Amino acid sequence: MKLFDADLWEEIFDSLRKNRTRTFLTAFGIFWGVFMLILLMGGGRGLETMLGENFAGAASNSGFMIANTTSEPYKGFRSGRAWHLELEDVERIRNTVPEISIVTPTIRRWGARALANDKSCGISLLGQYADYSLVDNPKIKFGRALTDADGLQHRKVCVIGSRVAQELFPDTENPCGQFLQIDSINYCVIGVSGKASGGINIGGNPQTTVYLPYETMRQMYNRGNEVDILALVAKDQYPMSEVQYRVEALLKRVHMIHPDDTQALIKVNTEAIFSMIDNLFAGVSILVWMIGLGTLLAGAIGVSNIMVVTVKERTTEIGIRRAIGATPKDILTMVMSESIVLTLIAGMSGISLAVAILQVLENATHAEYPSALFQISFGVAVGASLLLAVLGIIAGLAPALRAMNIKPVDAMREE
Amino acid sequence: MIHLTNIHKTYQGVQPLHVLKGIDLHIGRGEFVAIMGASGSGKSTLLNILGILDDYDEGEYRLDGTLIRNLSETRAADYRNRMIGFIFQSFNLISFKDAMENVALPLFYQGVGRRKRNQLAMEYLEKVGLKEWAHHLPNELSGGQKQRVAIARALITQPRIILADEPTGALDSKTSLEVMQLLKKLHEQGLTIIVVTHESGVAYQAEKIVHIMDGQIENIEVNDGSAHTPFGVDGVMK
Repeated sequence: MKLFDADLWEEIFDSLRKNRTRTFLTAFGIFWGVFMLILLMGGGRGLETMLGENFAGAASNSGFMIANTTSEPYKGFRSGRAWHLELEDVERIRNTVPEISIVTPTIRRWGARALANDKSCGISLLGQYADYSLVDNPKIKFGRALTDADGLQHRKVCVIGSRVAQELFPDTENPCGQFLQIDSINYCVIGVSGKASGGINIGGNPQTTVYLPYETMRQMYNRGNEVDILALVAKDQYPMSEVQYRVEALLKRVHMIHPDDTQALIKVNTEAIFSMIDNLFAGVSILVWMIGLGTLLAGAIGVSNIMVVTVKERTTEIGIRRAIGATPKDILTMVMSESIVLTLIAGMSGISLAVAILQVLENATHAEYPSALFQISFGVAVGASLLLAVLGIIAGLAPALRAMNIKPVDAMREE
Repeated sequence: MIHLTNIHKTYQGVQPLHVLKGIDLHIGRGEFVAIMGASGSGKSTLLNILGILDDYDEGEYRLDGTLIRNLSETRAADYRNRMIGFIFQSFNLISFKDAMENVALPLFYQGVGRRKRNQLAMEYLEKVGLKEWAHHLPNELSGGQKQRVAIARALITQPRIILADEPTGALDSKTSLEVMQLLKKLHEQGLTIIVVTHESGVAYQAEKIVHIMDGQIENIEVNDGSAHTPFGVDGVMK
C-alpha cells in the first residue's frame, strides 16, 4: 500500500515545508476554528459546572410555600387578612397529595445576633426537622447535622454557617462543643455547615444562618403551630411546577382563601428555576456549537479554496509529474494527503492550545469551585480530531479532482 | 523501435483542425532523428503522440512492439515512466526540489526506495557533470545546467527513447553546443534519440532529418556528415 510509504510522507512534508507562507495561511483558518470550538465548549461547560456547584445539594424538584396577606375577600373574610401556614398542613398535604415525597415545615427568625465570648455576629435563625437536609443539604463540614432526637428532647444545640463560625470562633477551626448565645439563650454548637452563599437560598444566606431543631425553636420562641415556610419535594416523575397547584388548591381550601387569590400564597419552585437554567445552558451550548462549527467550516472552506488556487499554481508542476510517470491516482493521493496532513496538524495545534488554556482556567478556579470542569474529555478531543480528518478529506476533494484532470499536455501549454 | 502507420489527428473544436494527415514513420533502435518543421506544421502534436502525452484518431503507433492506443491514464503514465525520457525547451524542473531530487523523481513513481533513488540520481548527475551542484535548487543553476539536470532526469529510468522538444530553444549557442554534444554522446552509447526543433543547426547534428509540413512528412533526409551543414562551424548556429 502506497499510503504507508515513507517516501510519500517525505514528498508531502517536502512540499508543505518548502511553501511555508502558503502552508501557514492555509493552516491558520483550521487552527483558529478548532481552537475556538474547543475553547467555547470547555468554557461553556466550565461555567455550567461552576453554577452547578452553587446549586449542589439543593433538590432539583422542590418547592417552597410562604403565607402572605390575602388580596381577595372570601367566605365572609375581608381582603388583606393575615394568615399562617400551620403544622397540621404537613399532615394534610401528606394525606391528599401522594405525588409529594417530602413535606417539612420550618420557622425563621431574621435579624438576631449570636454572641460568643467577646464576639458577636448578625444571623438569621432557622428551625428545621432533620428531613430538611433532603430539600437542601447543609454540607456538614465539622460535627454532625441536626437529628429528630435533638428536637424531641428539646436540646439546645445548633449547626452554624461557616461565616458565623469564623466570626465567633476565629481561633479554632472546628468550634464544635463551644457555646453561643442567641436572645439570651445558650446553645451548644454541634456542627458547621459548609454551604456556599451562591445558588438558591430560601430564608437567608446559609453562611450567616444558625440552624436549630424545629421543636427547640418552636418552644423558645413560642411559635405554637405556626409555620413560616413549607418546603416540599415532589417524586421524580412529577414535576413540581404541576404538583404545586394541587398543594396550593388544598392550602387555600383549608385556610379559606379565594381560589383565584394570587397574592395570598407565595410559591417558589426550584424545578422551574433549574429548568430555566438548564434551558439557558442548552441555548449556550447550541450557540457554542454553531459558532465553533461555523468557524471550523469557514476554515475548511478556506483550506479548500487555497488548495484550489495552489493546484492552479502548480499546474505545471503536476503536468511535469504526470509527464515523467505519475498516475492520476498519484496526483490525487498527493493533493488529498497534503490537505489532510495540513488540516490535522493545524487542528491538533488548535486542540492542544485550547486544552492548555482550559487547564489554566480550571486550575485558577479550582480553589473556589473544586468541581468546576473546564477541561474537555479525551473523547471530545478524539471526536474533534476525527471531525478534522473528515473536513480535511472534504476540503481536499475538489482541488484533488481538479488536479487529477490536469493533462501533461495542458501543463506544457501553460508556459 | 518506433513504427507509425498512417497517423491522423484532428483537434475538435468550433473549427475542427486536421493537424496530422497520415504520418508514416519508422525509427530504428539507436537512431538519432531530428524532426523539423515550421510552427503549426504539426511537429509538436507528433511529438506529443510519440510521448504518449496525447492520443491519435486513426492509424497505428507501436513503441518497441507495444501498441499504443486508447491507453488508460494509468497505463499511459506507466509507459511514459518506463519507456520515454523527456527533455523540454523550458527544462520543466520542479522549482522547490534540488537537482538531485528532480533527477530522482521518476524513480519515486516507480516505487524505488529513497536511498537507492538518490544514489542513482547522483550517478546520473555525475554523468552530466553536475555532481557538485546536486543540492542546488533549479533557480541557482544556469540554463545549460538546468537542461543537463533535465537530461539526467530523462535518463534515470533507462528509457527506450529520449524525446527532446526544442532542447536548445532557451539556451545560448555555447550551452546549446554542450547540450547537443551530450545528446550525441548518449546516441553513441546506443540510445534512440528524437529531437524536435526548428533550428537547422541543431537538426543537422542528427543522422536523419524528418521534414514536416502541413501535417505530412515532406521528406526524410539522411545526414551524411555534419560537414554538409549549411550553417557555421560545428553545425551549431543560432
